Amino acid sequence: MLSKRIIPCLDVRAGKVTKGVEFQGNVDVGDPVAMARVYYEQGADELVFYDITASNERRGIMIEVVRAVAREIFIPFTVGGGLRTLEDMRAVLLAGAEKVSIDSGAVRNPEVITQGARAFGSQCIVLSMQVKKTGARPEIPSGYEVVIDGGRLFTGKDAVAWAREGERLGAGELCINSIDRDGTNLGFEIELTRAISDRVSIPVIASGGAGEPEHLRQAFAAAGADAAIVASMVHYGNYPIPVIKRYLQEHGVEVRDGLRAERSGV
Amino acid sequence: MIAIVDYRAGNLTSVARALEHLGHECEITDHADKIRAADRVILPGVGAAGATMENLHRLGLDRVLRDDVIGTGKPFLGICIGIQILMERSEEDGARCLGVVAGEVRRFPAAVDGVPLKVPQIGWNRVHQTRAHPIFSGVADNSHFYFVNSYYPVPADPSVTIAIAQHGVTFCAAIARGSLVATQFHLEKSGAPGLRVLDNFCKLC
Repeated sequence: MLSKRIIPCLDVRAGKVTKGVEFQGNVDVGDPVAMARVYYEQGADELVFYDITASNERRGIMIEVVRAVAREIFIPFTVGGGLRTLEDMRAVLLAGAEKVSIDSGAVRNPEVITQGARAFGSQCIVLSMQVKKTGARPEIPSGYEVVIDGGRLFTGKDAVAWAREGERLGAGELCINSIDRDGTNLGFEIELTRAISDRVSIPVIASGGAGEPEHLRQAFAAAGADAAIVASMVHYGNYPIPVIKRYLQEHGVEVRDGLRAERSGV
Repeated sequence: MIAIVDYRAGNLTSVARALEHLGHECEITDHADKIRAADRVILPGVGAAGATMENLHRLGLDRVLRDDVIGTGKPFLGICIGIQILMERSEEDGARCLGVVAGEVRRFPAAVDGVPLKVPQIGWNRVHQTRAHPIFSGVADNSHFYFVNSYYPVPADPSVTIAIAQHGVTFCAAIARGSLVATQFHLEKSGAPGLRVLDNFCKLC
């Protein structure tokens, strides 16, 4: 039986982690490689890096970050942010990422999902979507609408329909990020995540709103998510990953025992 | 020197990086002579069975692996697609595989007892060691390893199976026979236990 995955998310701008991150100990705060190593050692099941560098010419810096992470981290990690073309994807995969996350680029050009799946395999392609609750109406039957460009542009696409379309086009996983919950620490958008996980057969990653371990339990138990993204709750040191995992284990959720991994001594 | 067989698949470099991290010299190569001369050979990668066999055949490496590597008892490690192509045939693309281990490769069922099964399985799954083997030295039984697969091997002789896992069905997750070892899970993406198994192969097999 697959265990539920906990995925810390790091926003990287020009090679530096942007959110104010406070680690205990001697970690170079803001260095994505050092932070990745901490989460790796804590037993994170996967990592995701979003490149929020605005300009194309600075994207090379992200490739260097990916290379450096890949030399030290031996769990899967995903890179997203601004990827539009097959060449964008190829560059980060060759640098050592296991998966790419595509978002606005896939809404504008859905064909890129299929191209990526054909070239690299579906397991490499994570379709990420930013979603806002805008109310049910004929074109948005679920009441949840896909937005792009950092939440500025409403697409008129129904989130559940877009998730199914993404699966059909070849996405290997779906990351559902609730804009309404993002940064609130109030918990994941359960209704939205449930609506999507009930209607697709590929893994669903819940994102946006994680503030305490109970929120992850809800995402897994009530929303049917296969994985959950965590950001501030781990970045600020309130909930180290082993603490989250212990809570989940005590509440009957199957998780990978990261401590066991450390004991094997490599 | 460890040869990583280059058959134009995606994640050869991640295996190379893991070996370098462990301090083992390796080279990604499609040269038959280099593969024959290597102390150990690793065939990693994600990909479809049909395309993998086609590429190996086009590069003339299918015979090298069968006759000059596995046939001579040179230590060989297959990872993911590298365990599947050891079998005789795969349901994927109806591919004929190397046939060095009797058996076939089957697809996970779409549903078990009416409950839909997620295929491919992507994620961490517990691996139960059914037989003691040096490759698992220092690795706790039922440790989690990272899997990405839609198909799994079904060896005809159950005694070659050294580990199993559960995804809808109980399936063979690792095999060993003499100096031949193969895992369905990704050693290079499975954190400390994965690195430990990789290190064991380099030191003990």
